[in-house]
Amino acid sequence: MELIGLINYWIVIVLMMTGFYIVIAHDNLVKKIVGLNIFQVSVFVFYITMAKVKGGTAPILAEGITTYSNPLPHVLILTAIVVGVATTALGLALVVRIRDAYGTIEDNDFENQDGEP
Amino acid sequence: MAAAFSSHLPALQVVLALLAAPLCVVLRRPGAAWMIATVITWALLAIAMVLLGRVLETGTITYALGSWPAPWGIEYRIDLANAFVLVLVTLIGSVVMPYARASIPAEIEEPRIYLFYCMYLLNLAGLLGIAITGDVFNLFVFLEISSLSSYVMISLSRDRRALVAAYRYLIMGTIGATFYIIGVGMMYQVTGTLNMVDLATLIPNLTDNRTVMVALAFLCVGLSLKLALFPLHLWLPNAYAYAPSAVSAFLASTGTKVAVYALARILFTVFGGSVLIDDFGLQELLVVLAVAAMIGGSAVAIYQSNVKRLLAYSSIAQIGYMILGLSMASVIGMTAGLVHLFNHALMKGGLFMVMGCVFFRLSSVQVEDMEGLAKRMPLTMAAFVAGGFGLIGMPLTAGFISKWHLIQAALEKGWWGAVAVILVSSLLAVIYIWRVVEAAYFKPPPKGAAEISEAPLSMLVPMWVMIGMSYYFGIDATLTLDITTGAAETLLGGIQ
Repeated sequence: MELIGLINYWIVIVLMMTGFYIVIAHDNLVKKIVGLNIFQVSVFVFYITMAKVKGGTAPILAEGITTYSNPLPHVLILTAIVVGVATTALGLALVVRIRDAYGTIEDNDFENQDGEP
Repeated sequence: MAAAFSSHLPALQVVLALLAAPLCVVLRRPGAAWMIATVITWALLAIAMVLLGRVLETGTITYALGSWPAPWGIEYRIDLANAFVLVLVTLIGSVVMPYARASIPAEIEEPRIYLFYCMYLLNLAGLLGIAITGDVFNLFVFLEISSLSSYVMISLSRDRRALVAAYRYLIMGTIGATFYIIGVGMMYQVTGTLNMVDLATLIPNLTDNRTVMVALAFLCVGLSLKLALFPLHLWLPNAYAYAPSAVSAFLASTGTKVAVYALARILFTVFGGSVLIDDFGLQELLVVLAVAAMIGGSAVAIYQSNVKRLLAYSSIAQIGYMILGLSMASVIGMTAGLVHLFNHALMKGGLFMVMGCVFFRLSSVQVEDMEGLAKRMPLTMAAFVAGGFGLIGMPLTAGFISKWHLIQAALEKGWWGAVAVILVSSLLAVIYIWRVVEAAYFKPPPKGAAEISEAPLSMLVPMWVMIGMSYYFGIDATLTLDITTGAAETLLGGIQ
């Protein structure tokens, strides 16, 4: 029963580890960015989950609304999403420039081309 | 009017730089962008000094952003520790900016120069924001503002290796920042607050709560990635080596330092410092990593042929000194860590500026290309020797002051091993500095070397100002020591 109640947290952990693994294990620079995104999304889900109040609705001032979800984590995560989008955009822009400069987007090829160990 | 202006100084400290950044993009002309960046940096230094003076006089300043009272609104809270960091960051910026005018066009393509100044101002805003804020989530936002702009500044270099370095820094930096917000989220889950002062009243009583402990682990790992604590330093050497020299000088002396401050803030203000003293293993872990960084960083620096990379590895070792001081959780240890934070910023900033001058004339920073350089660029190489003395920790240099206090702090704790490591690491510093000095002073210039003259005055003067300050604060350290002792006492308030 507790297992099902915590299903969101299990999803967070699975997503987090999936994303983290992709970042570490893949050499393709675009795939690394995708992994990074999955990793960040898991954190978004984590924040949204903890803000949820059972039976709660949107936090608006209206007749008959007594329980509502905590709006603050939602706001925080809006900010974090913006940061995530900026990071992704910058990361992909760098990948474009790297491809222009090296003709490849596979990590490990760069040092060979630059003649470094 | 004047009173209203003066009471909003804490907000202006961050907002001025944030507003000036888009102005650079609108104006586009490199000269105009440089002018804006310089004037704003100097204004920010003045504000930081006023704030420091006010904190020394009347104690902690609090500022409710948008008049939303803490703990609901974001609070800017300035005590001695952050006023000190604010002055450090703006001071370095104020010296690097005049230097950048000649150095940046030599290392960044003309159409991109205005972007550099825009990114520099955003970076400055981010760093100052991290230092000034009293809200853990606000700190994350500023952390990312400063990090994203650093990635861009590094990638602006003409060297294509800078692109890969910036990309790798982006990946590791983002993982660090994400770890940090996971930690913040867990703290919020338990306490329901994001305000540091509010957290400080709740968290220290919850250290047997598993969520809080996991949060601590995430926060430590995340910030350690940002401050390049061994073994999470892998992004740093290439990022500093291939970035434009003015960027290396600025980032090496501010970026990692502000992250060290953030770690101290989390460990000591939010967690009350008790997590370090408790029989919990964190103190031992930090000490071991700091010692590994001091030996490892210095040892690897010896084998570098690119002098900027050598300095970058030396930075990793010096970060070890700061973390060692911090992890002692004693007033004198913390003082040593903070004073080294300041002194190292001056020395390493100065040394990276030397390499900028060398690159300006030589278009290379390889040791073998610098052979016989002392005859052709005497003032530049003399600055390298002077700065190098500081890294080694010779008496009369600022480096000596910090190492002396660090050794005293280690003796107070009875950590003889740490004392030995400090000495060994200093000896290793002699070797890597000597390699460059030997090449520049005792080897003949390579045959057929191009005739080169000294770097332009607009680069030499800021460089010597930076090196000169590191000697000034080495000879008369009362000012820095007074402030850092006060800052250490503030940070350690939770323990005593």
